[in-house]
Amino acid sequence: MAKVPVQFTLNGAEKAEFIDSGTTLLHALRDKIGDTSPKGGCHQGTCGACTVIIDGELRLSCLTLAETCNGAAVTTTSGLSEGGVLHSLQRAFLDAFATQCGFCTPGMIMAAKVLLDHTPNPSREDVVEALSGNICRCTGYEPIIQAVLTAARSNSQNAV
Amino acid sequence: MAIRRGRGVAAINYPTGMNLGGDPTQALVHSTPTGNFMVTLSSVDLGQGMKQIMAQICAETIGVPTDRVVVDTADTDTGPHCMGTFASRGTHRAGNAVIQAAREARQVMLEVAAEELEVNASDLETDGEGNILVKGAPQRSISIFDVALSAHFKRGRSISGRGMFLIPRSYPEKETGAMKPSTCYAHACTVAEVEVDDETGEVTVLTVKNVFEIGRALNPKMVEQQLVGGSWMGISHALYETTEPYYPNRDHGGTDFNQYLMPGPGDLAQTEIIVLERPSADGPYGAKGPGEMCANPQIPAVANAVFDAVGVRIDTLPITPERILRALKAQAPN
Amino acid sequence: MELRKSYFADQRKDDLHEIGQPRPRSDSPGHVTGKTTYFADRNFPGMLHLKMVRSPHHHARIRSIDTSEAEKHPGVVKVLTAKDVPHNVYTILILIQIGPEDETVLADGKVRWKGEAVVAVLAETERAAQEAAAKVKVDYEVLPAVFDMEEALKPDAPIVNEYHGRNYYLYDSGECRKVRFGDVEAGFATADHVLEQTYQSSPIEHAPTETTGCIVAPEGNDRFTCYTNTQAMFFTLDNASIILQMPGNKLHFVGGTVGGGFGGKVDVIVEPIAILGAKLTGRPVCFVYSREEEMQISSPRAAEKVVIKDGVMNDGRIVARKVTGYTDAGAYSRHSPYGAQKGAGHYPGPYTIPNVWIDTYCVYTNRTPSSAMRGFGVTIGDFALEVQMDKLARLIGMDPLEFRFINAYRDGDMKAHRQPTEGAALIECMQEASRAANWPVAEKFMTMSSYAKGA
Ligand code: FES
Ligand code: FES
Repeated sequence: MAKVPVQFTLNGAEKAEFIDSGTTLLHALRDKIGDTSPKGGCHQGTCGACTVIIDGELRLSCLTLAETCNGAAVTTTSGLSEGGVLHSLQRAFLDAFATQCGFCTPGMIMAAKVLLDHTPNPSREDVVEALSGNICRCTGYEPIIQAVLTAARSNSQNAV
Repeated sequence: MAIRRGRGVAAINYPTGMNLGGDPTQALVHSTPTGNFMVTLSSVDLGQGMKQIMAQICAETIGVPTDRVVVDTADTDTGPHCMGTFASRGTHRAGNAVIQAAREARQVMLEVAAEELEVNASDLETDGEGNILVKGAPQRSISIFDVALSAHFKRGRSISGRGMFLIPRSYPEKETGAMKPSTCYAHACTVAEVEVDDETGEVTVLTVKNVFEIGRALNPKMVEQQLVGGSWMGISHALYETTEPYYPNRDHGGTDFNQYLMPGPGDLAQTEIIVLERPSADGPYGAKGPGEMCANPQIPAVANAVFDAVGVRIDTLPITPERILRALKAQAPN
Repeated sequence: MELRKSYFADQRKDDLHEIGQPRPRSDSPGHVTGKTTYFADRNFPGMLHLKMVRSPHHHARIRSIDTSEAEKHPGVVKVLTAKDVPHNVYTILILIQIGPEDETVLADGKVRWKGEAVVAVLAETERAAQEAAAKVKVDYEVLPAVFDMEEALKPDAPIVNEYHGRNYYLYDSGECRKVRFGDVEAGFATADHVLEQTYQSSPIEHAPTETTGCIVAPEGNDRFTCYTNTQAMFFTLDNASIILQMPGNKLHFVGGTVGGGFGGKVDVIVEPIAILGAKLTGRPVCFVYSREEEMQISSPRAAEKVVIKDGVMNDGRIVARKVTGYTDAGAYSRHSPYGAQKGAGHYPGPYTIPNVWIDTYCVYTNRTPSSAMRGFGVTIGDFALEVQMDKLARLIGMDPLEFRFINAYRDGDMKAHRQPTEGAALIECMQEASRAANWPVAEKFMTMSSYAKGA
């Protein structure tokens, strides 16, 4: 099969790969580039475990062809902590005991990050809406909602 | 046509472990040269947090802080046998095995410390912070760091222990069914409050108040995780979930999360969790297995609340709007 | 969450350092940074992908299988059928002597449920494996199928599973697991009211966010490492060893970090065939369920039917309870004979009843084999029992919570399966629920205790 080149930034670092045409971004990230933080829970766009951020927008990487990401800026959960310091969302998920098996967690954190980037002071309804594409089978969601609200509060306190 | 409210209660118990199959688990514990402790298992962490709980159990037993313990699981080349993580057995069975192994390791540790301090091992105690002290004379002490170094490089002792916990299999008696299905049971009582729209058949669970008796909450935050998630799953089972919506008809089975329904973050009941502790006689520090039973009482509590609200019994799970509407229709005087 | 320490305070010591402390979980930092390694986060050069050809029929005889076109498909490395599996007919509970072996790894001559694995295709890519699987030609003769447990138990029903020769599991106690305690008919005769009701459930999916799967890598020394999300490492290893007729020392299982497990990952389905593929090709093999497979192919929680007949007095005492439970195992046993038996040990619930009769059946039908799920053997029974309790209370005009206090078990009470009750706490849970939910009950119930009377 003909290989096609793709080039984008992943968490700020340049990446260039030759991939099979039709490869999803999820596969390219996990199997080619080696960032396994996006998870494949369904490969059909219904679980949210593969959620990444592309140019500031929320995307399901299992439904995104890698070749459409040329020139894009891709962000994943593995790129959130800087210099070993956890991002406020990561910290809040830890403190709220919002992860059990953790398989949904990277996708949840991505969905929450896009929300907070656009809506720094979200209501509970905003959080619910933002997480509504992400399935969690372990937590019952409430700790995750609380973690996102806590992260938003800590962000705005730090901004003051 | 109206929104009607109702509430229902249910009370349950649940067995810990797999007595009817024979139920062994083993653990190994050893210290590193610098006095950290390694627990080796083949037990599986499903996400419930087994690694963390085993670390806390080992730390408590040896007398060190939890962060001095590393849990290595699950590798069949290094970890001794475990039946597996199911039947609410993980904490109870593996926890008991870890306690036994940790006790044996602790004994060696105290013996080495006794030689260093020139006292009897039985006169020593741990302070829980990494030191071993002479009882009644705490100024005479040695750090576990130094004890481990001494054991490794000076005294040639292995600070290690083996643990095995087995509940022998219970064979049900053929005619009477006499058997011992479990050695300890967890308990729960749930009150659910619902609203039922008698025009659409839709049920909204407003509140669930869950009281769980789980023996001992070894890590209360992790217990809370399990119980909150389980309560959610119970409501989900009551109202939404099935792979065969018209069972026993085999058609219409869902194949993705759009067709297989579960409550999302916008459909949550206000959930209250209260925990009681009646330590089990044979559990690790009194623990029982809470992971499964926590998802059971919500189902009948919701079913009973639906009846209380609209006066129809839905005796078939899940309690879908379709079933409620059909029952209301059947009940209506023409 | 609130811990109510006032209950059972006399039985609990609070002198512990690490136990009872809300320590942070050591695995959470890995979870929130995406660094936790699940089985599928490993990548091996030259890894093959395994896809199954599955039965489109609920029950059919296989006349012939033609894999020639599939084998020619670009990227295909190996195609496996029943004859490639050394010990193809197995059952997982054989490890605890619960037989007979009744299930095939790959269908041999017959399929017994829609979705059953027939042929395994190993290819360089998932897509090649999928495309080649579509080219396998299986000629079926469709047979009559049975889906309803009641139908299945009729004498003229089609036999689902010849290894049993009847559509129910034969226990040493006969067609069902039995519990007999007191004289249930005498109890009904003295009762003020008798109520018989039937409860039913449908199959339920575990739906872990991480689907069932494994990756097997040959170690180059005749050993195979299986990275898996099984819930039971040695259970799976030992069963794989039997199925593959390989000594256990050739197998190395690595796991223990699982993206959610609610019972379904106790089945031994993906590992043996993936190990076989790795052995026969000498290459790493990945076999992971698609979400569609997880939903309809992996074992669900069994559908159950529960018939409860109770005799109750006007003063609230239940004097007799008869339960007949039916567990829909689907086409194969897996853990279901155990689950039905566990149900027998669970009824009549946490209540002290002098006359009890329990029969639990494990029934075979032509559907996806069911297996263990959170609350195995108990969840649906509790639904039935507790709805029945509500109905009984209303039947005699009593508050449903008070009705439960009257019948609740306490320490020392003899259970139907002839074990004295120990460590009971139902009464205290109900007392606390009464407070929390503002559901008042009579004072005498609020001062009751689970401790043995007079203790
Ligand atoms: S893997 Fe992309 S939505 Fe599930
Ligand atoms: S923590 Fe397991 S799926 Fe969310």
